[in-house]
Amino acid sequence: MSLLSDLVNLNLSDTTEKVIAEYIWIGGSGMDLRSKARTLNGPVKDPSKLPKWNYDGSSTNQAPGEDSEVILYPQAIFKDPFRRGNNILVMCDAYTPAGEPIPTNKRHAAAKIFSHPEVLAEETWYGIEQEYTLLQRDVKWPIGWPLGGYPGPQGPYYCGIGADKAFGRDIVDSHYKACLYAGINISGINGEVMPGQWEFQVGPAVGISAGDELWVARYILERITEIAGVVLSFDPKPIQGDWNGAGAHTNYSTKSMRNDGGYEVIKKAIEKLGLRHKEHIAAYGEGNERRLTGRHETADINTFLWGVANRGASIRVGRDTEKAGKGYFEDRRPASNMDPYVVTSMIAETTIIWKP
Amino acid sequence: MAQILAPTTQCQMRITKNSLTASPMTTKTWSSLLLKQKKSGNTKSLSKFRVYALQSENSTINRLENLLNLDVTPYTDKIIAEYIWIGGSGIDLRSKSRTISRPVEHPSELPKWNYDGSSTGQAPGEDSEVILYPQAIFKDPFRGGNNILVICDTYTPAGEPIPTNKRARAAEIFSNQKVINEVPWYGIEQEYTLMQTNVQWPLGWPVGGYPGPQGPYYCGVGADKSFGRDISDAHYKACLYAGINISGTNGEVMPGQWEYQVGPSVGIEAGDHIWCSRYLLERITEQVGVVLTLDPKPIEGDWNGAGCHTNYSTKSMREEGGFEVIKKAILNLSLRHKEHISAYGEGNERRLTGKHETASIDTFSWGVANRGCSIRVGRDTEKQGKGYLEDRRPASNMDPYVVTSLLAESTILWEPTLEAEALAAQKLALKV
Repeated sequence: MSLLSDLVNLNLSDTTEKVIAEYIWIGGSGMDLRSKARTLNGPVKDPSKLPKWNYDGSSTNQAPGEDSEVILYPQAIFKDPFRRGNNILVMCDAYTPAGEPIPTNKRHAAAKIFSHPEVLAEETWYGIEQEYTLLQRDVKWPIGWPLGGYPGPQGPYYCGIGADKAFGRDIVDSHYKACLYAGINISGINGEVMPGQWEFQVGPAVGISAGDELWVARYILERITEIAGVVLSFDPKPIQGDWNGAGAHTNYSTKSMRNDGGYEVIKKAIEKLGLRHKEHIAAYGEGNERRLTGRHETADINTFLWGVANRGASIRVGRDTEKAGKGYFEDRRPASNMDPYVVTSMIAETTIIWKP
Repeated sequence: MAQILAPTTQCQMRITKNSLTASPMTTKTWSSLLLKQKKSGNTKSLSKFRVYALQSENSTINRLENLLNLDVTPYTDKIIAEYIWIGGSGIDLRSKSRTISRPVEHPSELPKWNYDGSSTGQAPGEDSEVILYPQAIFKDPFRGGNNILVICDTYTPAGEPIPTNKRARAAEIFSNQKVINEVPWYGIEQEYTLMQTNVQWPLGWPVGGYPGPQGPYYCGVGADKSFGRDISDAHYKACLYAGINISGTNGEVMPGQWEYQVGPSVGIEAGDHIWCSRYLLERITEQVGVVLTLDPKPIEGDWNGAGCHTNYSTKSMREEGGFEVIKKAILNLSLRHKEHISAYGEGNERRLTGKHETASIDTFSWGVANRGCSIRVGRDTEKQGKGYLEDRRPASNMDPYVVTSLLAESTILWEPTLEAEALAAQKLALKV
């Protein structure tokens, strides 16, 4: 197999100017990532210089067979950690040939919200904590779990080490470096409470880039699990019973919240979120009702609750923020399968634009 | 010969060539241990996903190793810092990482952090934040480059050390001027046992049976005597790379049991280095798919336990006339035997039986070159009239912050009453 390895890792920059661009988009379920590659004549740094492309939407449930072309608009460029050199990953969103965003394109509406002058002025920062579960390939059972049985109860696994406590670290560690290489603002990783479950954090990212970076980080993660022969799941409650679910806690702040007197702004923002609890919950991920039960460090899905350092609340404010009188807050409601374009723009919309 | 799940014979360490220009750090970059375990019977390995880079079965080649060993220093100044702390049981290690904007030299340059104490038995759910204070930096042998490991201790948001934080109290003792003046040195001999995954049975032992009796295994070589050498050897280099003061390793008397020594370290460093070395050891066993145990008596019966003998000396002990100082220290220790024993590790009573090179847990004894004593003084020390003593009582699961600071406290800061001293001196036949 060494010849194949040599070819995959071939460094082309000595022999040609040409560059490979992997165009990435979100498919018909709103959660499945798709990609295909094309050759460019030379290195490109600016997404607006990349050509628009198209794909067969009838194969991803996004267009009918008789009119199947869906157009890809390049929106963000990252370095390709698999191909290296000058090769790139390109995050795209999807449009009809007429130029309308197709229904599964959530980025377009988010970009509008983030270009609103009030939102721009507030410089919205996001830190997203993406949790995920690794499953054995042919059975839908988490890695490290014995087939036909269960591991010992939760307790030793959170940030744990050791062959009996941490399953899949190589995936997590290679993902960390791959994201740093790609230019994604990955800020940390940790082993989670349920064995076989992990988390990485992206941020702080401003406005629409939070969504772009998280989607590309998810793409890189699934490419890595593909190499490792393991299945990636963003299901919010992969195993029923006394096992934690998987969330995507979203940390958020605006300029006013980060300045002196910010704590009052935070409290007002939380109040507004409380008034739109149902709307937010409906947009925070499919299947979230299996996860938000009020147990396992969640608040019940029908309750809106906030508190300082309280991990059983819908919104948690850190002790630092309380003490300093300014900072950020954490929305703990989004599920791991949430769309970050939707969640980030909705939080901005509710707290900055919306008037109750 | 029974099936031996011994990684030793099958571990391959591959140094992957980085195609990037090497900065001084990358030449020492670690590659993950790739274990190719040959399994007899059906080789459907799906249920046994290993935590290390997997060889896929569908002819894709494995590029995980390239990513794991990626040297990001040409692309970014950012480094990854793995913050390490001790969890709620006092012996479980936890860690998580964060990105730091550029390389740092000193722990004071690193930000404090926090974690979810309710998930480690260290805080309630409604007030779950526990704060991490960085205390010591080591180089990360798994990630290479400028990436680091950070040993931390744990505090409430109000700034109080939480109950499982033993380092804070030790640091106080080690900042006492009298202790500083005595420059206490520690050499700690950490023993540990390797267990097969999925069964609670030592590495190399036949499942459902026992190996031949103790005798051939101590410092032994050979596939029938030494089980898991790759772990011990990989750990040795990893510690040297990290900057830990590891001074040696050896195979132990019980098969599947090993020892490494850290020292000489001054004061609080001893604790930091031992905890970081334990972290590296468990990360390595995780990669190999073997379970690490620090239990002081993993197998009942005619099998050695695992200890953490602590060698100790002060400036006065190392200078002319030091032997008298050593005897006075032993006298102090004899009067505080119960306090020390209660702090020397859970389950030690199963190990300190008076057999298998230990002294009984209820008896305090000392002797020159005597391995059946609580405290052993080497022949060199006796001959030269100066040197150090070895406290053989601590168990392998002891907390080095507690043991090292307690030794300093009892021998430098604590004074017995004159009558107690005289009585003890008689009992121990010490003329001080």
